[in-house]
Amino acid sequence: MRRIGIDVGGTNTDAALVDGRDVVAAVKAPTSDDVLSGIAAALAGVPHDNVDSVIIGTTHFTNAVVQRRGLNRVGFLRIALPTGASLPPLVGWPADLAETIAGETVMVRGGIEFDGRVFEELDEAAVVEAAKRFADAGLSSVVVAGSFSPVDSRQEERAAELLAEHLPGVRVTQSHRLGRLGLLERENAAGLNACLTDLAEVTIAAFAAALGDAGFGPETRLFLTQNDGTVMTVDQARRYPVLTFASGPTNSMRGAALLGGVEDGLVVDVGGTTADFGALVAGYPRQANAAVEIGGVRTLFQLPDLLSIGVGGGSRVHAGDPLRLGPDSVGQRLLTDSLVFGGSTATLTDAAIVAGRLEIEGNGSPELAPDLATAVVALAGELIADSADRMKLTADDVPLVAVGGGAFAVPDQLPGIGDVVRPEYGSTANAVGAALAEVSGEVDQVFRDLGRDAALAAAVELATDRAVEAGADRDSVAAIEIEDLPLAYLPGDALRVRVRVVGALEDRR
Amino acid sequence: MSRELTAADVDDLAVGAWIIGTGGGGNPHLNHLNVQQMAAAGQTFDLIDPEELADDAQVAVVSTMGAPVVMQERLQDSRDVARAVEIMAEYIGRPFDAVMATEIGGSNAFQPLMAAAHLDIPVVDSDAMGRAYPEAQMTSFAIAGLQPWPLALVDPRGVEAVLSHVPTWKWMERASRALTIETGSMAATCKAPRTGAEVKAYGVSNSMSFAIEVGAAVRHARAEHQDPVEATCAAVDGRLLFTGKIVDVERRATDGFLRGMAVLDGLDRWAGKRVELDFQNEWLMARVDGQVVATVPHLICLLDSVSGEAIGTETARYGQRVSLIAMRAPELFSSEEGLRFVGPRAMGYDLDPVDPLADRTSA
Repeated sequence: MRRIGIDVGGTNTDAALVDGRDVVAAVKAPTSDDVLSGIAAALAGVPHDNVDSVIIGTTHFTNAVVQRRGLNRVGFLRIALPTGASLPPLVGWPADLAETIAGETVMVRGGIEFDGRVFEELDEAAVVEAAKRFADAGLSSVVVAGSFSPVDSRQEERAAELLAEHLPGVRVTQSHRLGRLGLLERENAAGLNACLTDLAEVTIAAFAAALGDAGFGPETRLFLTQNDGTVMTVDQARRYPVLTFASGPTNSMRGAALLGGVEDGLVVDVGGTTADFGALVAGYPRQANAAVEIGGVRTLFQLPDLLSIGVGGGSRVHAGDPLRLGPDSVGQRLLTDSLVFGGSTATLTDAAIVAGRLEIEGNGSPELAPDLATAVVALAGELIADSADRMKLTADDVPLVAVGGGAFAVPDQLPGIGDVVRPEYGSTANAVGAALAEVSGEVDQVFRDLGRDAALAAAVELATDRAVEAGADRDSVAAIEIEDLPLAYLPGDALRVRVRVVGALEDRR
Repeated sequence: MSRELTAADVDDLAVGAWIIGTGGGGNPHLNHLNVQQMAAAGQTFDLIDPEELADDAQVAVVSTMGAPVVMQERLQDSRDVARAVEIMAEYIGRPFDAVMATEIGGSNAFQPLMAAAHLDIPVVDSDAMGRAYPEAQMTSFAIAGLQPWPLALVDPRGVEAVLSHVPTWKWMERASRALTIETGSMAATCKAPRTGAEVKAYGVSNSMSFAIEVGAAVRHARAEHQDPVEATCAAVDGRLLFTGKIVDVERRATDGFLRGMAVLDGLDRWAGKRVELDFQNEWLMARVDGQVVATVPHLICLLDSVSGEAIGTETARYGQRVSLIAMRAPELFSSEEGLRFVGPRAMGYDLDPVDPLADRTSA
């Protein structure tokens, strides 16, 4: 099966054509301001025949939040009274972002206890009243967030039903679909999602149009990658655009894992300005378990655990005592400002050339003292070694996959690291990761009146159905996470089961 | 000296209280947000020195008991803390002149501010632990043998209780914990009221301004690109025991406590040495290459070596670069009676307390 992966980054748009597990072609094109012509340029660089699907990884939605552009207003319905009134929705948000998206905020009685008991019954009349206020304010995107909803989501679901009934056409983001425990952080993630729903409609339609313009017919399916390294359908992406956040680093790590043949270990993606470190567990990025800030908003999103340092190919050399490297960088101007390209700024790339680690034909010559160059390369190696060690979870040696244009800065020998793997096509690992993305299905709900085995089986079956619905080949689907938690206070042997399954994208050509 | 807390003081308190929480006490983030909200709405907070209290002044002592995960979902309304104080005032038939913290370490440092805002009374610059401890009876007031009852407890749904009498401080912990668990593992409490004379004699005086100073030291060091760990050490008159990297963390949840051990491998001048750090909610004991260098009741704090931010026993993980600092506990906690409540033996270790600064001055 032939698939094209596209990664729209801040600097470059990369595309990779993959046949089965083999990379057939890969290109880099500059990202354009309108995003779409960059995609068109990248698509033009790879063959189009017999392509089953195009999978796009994009930072478009992350950037919209960071730059406060193209965001719609949001209504918030919090189900937690009589708690939490002194910490209302949007508390702690950067003022400019809160002002941009704040519509009406309503708090109603309800909520769940940690063990699944009802804290307070949902005040349905107040939800109906809230629907009227949202309608009067002209809001069509609403967040519903209830206390302990990941333990029992029925109050959120009921509130969403009531809103749909009384506010036709409303798009509801239920918090339990987006995060785990931590009401404020979960509600924040839902708020970020809800403010992107208008933009999601427009952007995803434009992606589809770009494919059409490039000559792809309806037989080529379009997917977007999400932050866990799997794909979502266009329909899912319209409802949960926030799930595309951080898909870039995830794609890069997935691509590195697949290209390097490493399931468990570390990845470093060295670009022009930064080196980004992540850890692989069973071929997928390890998720961060602490609060993650996006655009200044605190969330508990499932995002890859990343460590970034200011070391890249364009990092400036600051000769002196002590010798320093970066964090400032010539970045995109590497091809004009560095010594090797005739510029006047000494960079890590120049030092690597003088030290004999890198060969580049430029129009200038890096005039750098050999001692200094050697010291710079050694310093970069030390900084990289230090961060690699920080990302490790065990004391044993692990392999490290080095990708990205600045991968030359990674030493061949690092303490605590076994092999340093430098795969072919490593500079477009993110597009390869998108092309080879798999499909997931998730279930997180309470089962009653079933034994444990029957409940787990039912959850796996439901998650598998969801994965198949999202495009997975049923035979390839396997559970990668199963977690169950008995809820002692609920009648009928209640068991909360969380299952995640992953399968290969089905060939439908 | 009485003073009005500034917005910067409130932010510094969040950093400093988390540091002197010695790994426990809960991250102050949500309570900090609560107080920031009130301050942004124009609320002011008066902090008074305990010496300004009249001997017969009535002081409310507040804290919220419960599980951190519940606090993250059942976001506490600051009015609940004030309500616990009101119930106590009704019960004893007399209004309070001021309010203070039970526990200055961690999230409970903000509780008196949350109550004071609604009751329009000042906050006393004092608490009863000088840090965080795993159990509610581990206080200077209990060590001094003061009366443990009554206690008022509030659940936001309207469950309100007064525990009118208990035979011992330990029973107060057990009975109030049982009520807390039944109402969903989170409840605001107002402990046994204290007179001004008792607070002056047995409270840990100036502990709130101390926490604020610690936070300010970290903030200034960061702003001036200086070492925040060194700044903290200087601010607390403490000692840097070790700098290293976490190489293992073992945790087990037993009897409602988080117990375990973190292992650190040395860096810089400690290269080749190893630290084992035991915890029960808080850091309790530090050993360097098997030799005990600090124990409770003295304060053992683990900081991120770069940011100076405190690292909690719940969040410590492999690979973090950390600095271990220790400071001496107030004398009352090191007394014979104090050690019965908060010494190593009270936490299950068969050993004498080790003062990390024993060689510096005669205590």
